[in-house]
Amino acid sequence: MTIHFVVHDEGDSVGVVVVEGLTASNRIQGWVMDQDKMIDFDAKSDIPIGHKLAIKPIKAGDTIIKYGVDIGKAIADIAPGEHLHVHNVKTKRW
Amino acid sequence: MGINLKGAAFEGWRRENGRMGVRNHVIILPVDDLSNAAAEAVANNIKGAMAIPHSYGRLQFGADLDLHFRTLIGTGCNPNVAGVIVIGIEPGWTGTIVEGIAKSGKPVEGFAIEQNGDINTIASASRAAYRLVKHASRLKKTKTDIVELWVSTKCGESDTTSGLASCPTVGNAFDKLWANGNTLVFGETSEITGGEHLVAARCRTPEIRDRFMFMFDRYQALIEKNKTSDLSDSQPTKGNIEGGLTTIEEKALGNIQKIGKHCVVDGVLDKAEDPTHSGLWFMDSSSAAAEMVTLCAASGYAVHFFPTGQGNVIGNPILPVIKLTANPRTQRTMSEHMDVDVTGLLQKTMNMDDAGEALLDCMLRTADGELTAAELLGHREFSLTRLYESA
Repeated sequence: MTIHFVVHDEGDSVGVVVVEGLTASNRIQGWVMDQDKMIDFDAKSDIPIGHKLAIKPIKAGDTIIKYGVDIGKAIADIAPGEHLHVHNVKTKRW
Repeated sequence: MGINLKGAAFEGWRRENGRMGVRNHVIILPVDDLSNAAAEAVANNIKGAMAIPHSYGRLQFGADLDLHFRTLIGTGCNPNVAGVIVIGIEPGWTGTIVEGIAKSGKPVEGFAIEQNGDINTIASASRAAYRLVKHASRLKKTKTDIVELWVSTKCGESDTTSGLASCPTVGNAFDKLWANGNTLVFGETSEITGGEHLVAARCRTPEIRDRFMFMFDRYQALIEKNKTSDLSDSQPTKGNIEGGLTTIEEKALGNIQKIGKHCVVDGVLDKAEDPTHSGLWFMDSSSAAAEMVTLCAASGYAVHFFPTGQGNVIGNPILPVIKLTANPRTQRTMSEHMDVDVTGLLQKTMNMDDAGEALLDCMLRTADGELTAAELLGHREFSLTRLYESA
């Protein structure tokens, strides 16, 4: 079974795509590392390897959680399965 | 695989100051940019000698000059170096560096170009290099316990796979080396941003924590003073963003996976300072790959772990750099740069202990003399850190 994306912790907002050529509408499998369990999802964007997808509904202004820690804030609403990156998330530092 | 670090050994060279090296380089070290040509000519004349050219060394002053001297002297003193020829434009600073290296007991000779010219300097320095390489080639390796191996780490061209897998692989190996009593270092001060509270919480004592936070805050102040934007064109880098890293916080949290789950920060170093005891050290340092690895070499480290996501190609003239990646695209397209393949971690075909052991196995082979990808491909990046403008 191919693992399409990996999530550090089940409390995280995001997962990381670990296969090449992932396209929208694919049914994809994710591995949650810390809890060692699998989850299913529909990708809603074409997402390159290494890039993130939201795994929870996110509103503009929300804090994004990865590794169980704050990694920045959303500047737009992001639906589960959508590509999450510099176009919709910014640092809280600097 | 099952590597037991207790009782593991490697064969290297015992230096005059007692440290163990894993390479036996004779280096031709320019004091300044003007002396690069002579240094390279000497290395061309004498096979087995290696020039380490760089861009600085003129009109520096204060803390920046101290760092320049500390880095060059530390490079010469590194146990992977058997002997050093120092060449400078004038005898004063040349002598400072020769005297600093001589304190290690290592053979070192200095040459100044003024009043001699390049051709006479190259002739004299080549004769000295001839003797040094002959001397180095006679030195015998000796076997010693792995605890004598000093190991540094820094990641580069990171992406999300770095934080998921290749940095935690280093963390797994560091946990084992730290428990074994090895001397270790990590750094990259700006790339702790967003995870500084996690590193602070790992410091052994309140004094060490205060020293770490002093270094962290000092670097943040430098960024705040000089920034013209939110640094989104520099940190994360364009390569990091291409690889899926979105913010400095996300990058930092991946970065600090390299210190594992159990290691404690036992001390804090300023740039290119020598550790004074075993354990895990934090070194205030640039997050630029070649600068950081150059500082690790100057602090006396003998082997380096370098996790990469998008495929950094770095090496160092004297410090073997072991590169590992968990990104399957990078492993597929750039395999000649990679020493350890941990792509299986992301498909659960490899577990973290297996990955850590694969890295430790590569470390032992490298310490015994097996060449790294960077050595085979001739990567000798030597980049000096500057603190501010010249006088």
